[in-house]
Amino acid sequence: MWPDNLRGIYYIALKDMRTYYLKPPAISWGIVFPIAWILAFYLRNPWHFEQLVPGLIAMTVLFSTTAAEAVVINFELRLGSLERLLLAPLSLPAVLLGKVLGGAFFGLIMATVVTLGAILALGLFQVNLLYLMLILMPSLLVFSSLGALLCVLVKEVFEAQTLLNLPRFLMIFLSGVVYPISAMPPMLRSLAYLLPLTYTVDGLRQAFSPTPQTMIIVDTLVLVGFFILFIIPAMKLLARKFT
Amino acid sequence: MNNAIEASNLTKYYGDLLAVDHVSFEVRQGEVFGFLGPNGAGKTTTIRMLTGLSRPTAGSARVLGFDVNSEIVKAKKHIGVVPEISNLYDEMSAMDNLLFMAQLYGLPRDQRKIRAEELLRSFGLYERRDSPFRTLSRGMKRALTVAAALIHSPKLLFLDEPTVGLDVVAARSLRALIGNLRHRGISIFLTTHYLEEADLLCDRIAILVKGRIVKIDTPTKLKAVTEEEAVIEVSFKGIVSGVAKELSERLAGLQVVPMYDHKVRVYGGAPGYVLETVLQFARDKDVEIDSVNSVKPSLEDAFIKIAGLSPTIMAIEKGEGR
Repeated sequence: MWPDNLRGIYYIALKDMRTYYLKPPAISWGIVFPIAWILAFYLRNPWHFEQLVPGLIAMTVLFSTTAAEAVVINFELRLGSLERLLLAPLSLPAVLLGKVLGGAFFGLIMATVVTLGAILALGLFQVNLLYLMLILMPSLLVFSSLGALLCVLVKEVFEAQTLLNLPRFLMIFLSGVVYPISAMPPMLRSLAYLLPLTYTVDGLRQAFSPTPQTMIIVDTLVLVGFFILFIIPAMKLLARKFT
Repeated sequence: MNNAIEASNLTKYYGDLLAVDHVSFEVRQGEVFGFLGPNGAGKTTTIRMLTGLSRPTAGSARVLGFDVNSEIVKAKKHIGVVPEISNLYDEMSAMDNLLFMAQLYGLPRDQRKIRAEELLRSFGLYERRDSPFRTLSRGMKRALTVAAALIHSPKLLFLDEPTVGLDVVAARSLRALIGNLRHRGISIFLTTHYLEEADLLCDRIAILVKGRIVKIDTPTKLKAVTEEEAVIEVSFKGIVSGVAKELSERLAGLQVVPMYDHKVRVYGGAPGYVLETVLQFARDKDVEIDSVNSVKPSLEDAFIKIAGLSPTIMAIEKGEGR
């Protein structure tokens, strides 16, 4: 059973990479949008840009994974080809995990490009690669599963992108991407700690900091918790769609 | 295991809507079993329950010996499904679509390409193996969808309205392909609203009306239901509204069914009496009769008698050309 499911997860993710990564909604929301934001922030303040790098990498992860999920799930919901995967000898969680992995890998490519670009362009060679991995990997899964959770609620890609913008922009403004959480009023600060992107931004700041101040494993564990929190209802919603 | 499918009181509600109402049937090994009924009769819902895409509200079913509620993943290894919509991947080529299916079903790496090429050749698609799915004609898409369902050599094949939307030539070609599959020993569960298709392909047919099976038998025995009765077909000139209703009042006790165009069919009764009544009716209503024929009972006639439905319902509800 598990060998079948693992094989299915791998091939679904592989197929999604080949089939959907160059679809216009994935390019516009997953590549163009984060790059446009990064350029806008750079042009506004090129002197202290390195302070914004962790937040912008986090934002890239958020947008690229969720944009990819909208494409890999909603294109197939609309055309009925998701049913084809469910007809294969795989469990429904395996099909969804394959989809989540497809989105996460798209996010990994984007995050790698932005991170390498930042390191090389700004000379941020002090980055702790282990810390970077400990934050990026769970974050990719968290936001990909958040995307999956919201995308299974609707059928069309544009509906999914619209729905995704609500948590995306909420997190961009409240999770310390641009404004430090410490400078926020107490109520907003409390709200920020309920959002997964806060832990991604915090973890990435530690990874880029020469003197890390918090235990990075806390951020990692919280992100793993968010992944479970999103993936289980996403599986249940998908199951309900097909029962 | 003697039967490919055993369904017992299979029931499906969507909210308050009863889509499938306690259907029980079995499909024997190697037979082509048809589910015949108009759109909305519950044919696709039944397939969805038997293939794990929908959970039955009540009742039980075993597919190839596996319970559909608890062991459907095991059953899926040995079943192929051709859904009503050809839902392969538009962006992928014909070959890549088959290879992806081979990967999902766990075919050994060295056999995937061999099997895919074999299917592409036998379905006449080899020359188009590198064409993206979206560029294929509707008939080719349908054929490739059938090929994809056969990639893992299933023991049981579900075909949901396989020829809907195809032109006459493509539909005939696909029926020939389906006919060939039975010779390979594959059990086939076929849903259709085309009477002649069911007659041509199926060993046994279940007639489904409003979620209930009203009759299961071989096409020959179903047709025999009407063989002992005279069937007179009357064709009127021009549009004659309500003719069947008015005529049935005069032919009390007989079944008068409106057909396509301006025709009605009268089931039963002495031919002389029917003819005389029809002629009198035409004189009284001042309508012209185009032709009167004695008709050899077909599966369509059996369907009308058993289901109590006009064949026009089958055509109108689906609406596609043949």
